[in-house]
Amino acid sequence: MAQEITTNQLRKWLLAYAARIIENEDHLTELDTAIGDADHGVNMRRGMGKLQERLRDEGHSEDVSAFLRSVAMTLISGVGGAAGPLYGTFFLRAATSPTNGSSVDLEQLTQMFRYGLDGLQQRGKAQADDKTMIDTIQPAVEAMEAALAAHQSAAVVLAAARQAALLGMKRTIEIEARKGRASYLGPHSIGHQDPGATSAYFLFETAAEVFTSTGAD
Amino acid sequence: MQSLMNKPGSAITQSLRGMALCHPDTIKVHFDPDYVERLAPARSGKVAVISGSGSGHEPLPIGYVGLGMLDAACPGPIFTSPSPVQLLAAVHSVDHGGGVLFVVKNYSGGVLNTELTIEIASQEGIDARYVLVNDDVSIPKVANRRGLGAATLACKIAGAAAESGYSLDAAVRVTRRAIAASRSMGVGTNVNTLPRNGPADNLADDSIELGVGIHGEPGEVRSVTKGMPEIVDLIVQPILDDLPFASGDRVLLLISGMGGTPPLELYLFSEAIHEILAERRLRVERQLIGNYLTCLGRGGYTISLMRLDDELLRLWDAPVHTPVLHW
Repeated sequence: MAQEITTNQLRKWLLAYAARIIENEDHLTELDTAIGDADHGVNMRRGMGKLQERLRDEGHSEDVSAFLRSVAMTLISGVGGAAGPLYGTFFLRAATSPTNGSSVDLEQLTQMFRYGLDGLQQRGKAQADDKTMIDTIQPAVEAMEAALAAHQSAAVVLAAARQAALLGMKRTIEIEARKGRASYLGPHSIGHQDPGATSAYFLFETAAEVFTSTGAD
Repeated sequence: MQSLMNKPGSAITQSLRGMALCHPDTIKVHFDPDYVERLAPARSGKVAVISGSGSGHEPLPIGYVGLGMLDAACPGPIFTSPSPVQLLAAVHSVDHGGGVLFVVKNYSGGVLNTELTIEIASQEGIDARYVLVNDDVSIPKVANRRGLGAATLACKIAGAAAESGYSLDAAVRVTRRAIAASRSMGVGTNVNTLPRNGPADNLADDSIELGVGIHGEPGEVRSVTKGMPEIVDLIVQPILDDLPFASGDRVLLLISGMGGTPPLELYLFSEAIHEILAERRLRVERQLIGNYLTCLGRGGYTISLMRLDDELLRLWDAPVHTPVLHW
């Protein structure tokens, strides 16, 4: 992959993410029917439709921060429910991380995810093991930071993030929900994968695919 | 026909349209995103006071829009927080350059959406803050206490402070003080009716439900057989003990029906409340009795007391012109 990830590659990543969510709408609905109010699939699909429209619009900014901020606003208005504000916060905070203007390097990409995660935790007040999207995103960001500290290549950093996100998502099956609507079920939430952790996993799955395959943009 | 609200999806829009027609001199209703704005002009630099709430608690908050109270209110879906899109639209519409103060009941959705709205507004250079209403004494842990009648009181205090020239800092401070001086308890006498669900099981004739929320959250069912003094004691004592209110305190008493209790019953109930407050030598200086925050058609009440001082009393008495409160 290129040394720098440009705004256009970020755009391709989020288009891939939107497509992946839309493919998985029924899966998300099924997961949310088991332990939530069955609206995560529909809400995310609606938001991703809006995001696709926004991203296909040629008028987007080349500036990484402005681009991420516009993604955040689209998700806030398009997704709704609790997921809209939470994903919106993730990208709004990601938009405040350091960039090189129209691109980010690997360290900045990692920081971007870290800023997003910190914002998400502050806003949603969830911790690890509460059975939320944090259980996917936190281990993924920590894996990125560890791989980066060990001077690994971008491909390894992103593969590590994806693997950690996958394990984190799967782990939500084993644990009891302590945040969100599923927490009302108490121990009955055990045995079900968290829908928010699932939609968040696709962020890292598509990041690994897009940022390591497109090469120089 | 159980209700004219049999189509929950459009009930809120229709109700807002009706409200605009009923109060054409006081409010303006905007749709998509939905918010209600006051018509009275505000001076430049005035703090703008906004409150959002799930629908189903009317007149809170939309009935409190107007001079001396809210600059705007955002109604969400039934019992569901309004979105940041609504809240931001209201901010952009009513920001007069003096900053924005949100009055937020302590429920996770409302706090989440307000905090995000404030973050976005701040990035746009608008100074926005919020005060959290958490007056429900039925919940032991203070951080988890829900917002009840103090939401109505806080909207009045914040609005009066803003109208009389308080800075954002000062308006935040006095509104927090008003909330800190307020305690409430919700009591259910029969159960909730949601438009989609129809009526559910009722409470037994000799039972009340103590500590109910305003979204149908259950309370503790208590059998009461010794009549009104026993009932009132169960309700009022936890309020008095919590602040605690002391002999000689000046208080504001708010008795609000939850939507399914007739005014006759509210006044009947108020007699025993007044007796117990007189017994404890509390001085009831101001009162509101009626439907001021509701839970759709649920039977029951919320009782709130706010300890008054000169400043709170002055702000309470300040002129107000809204669809519901006007003096």
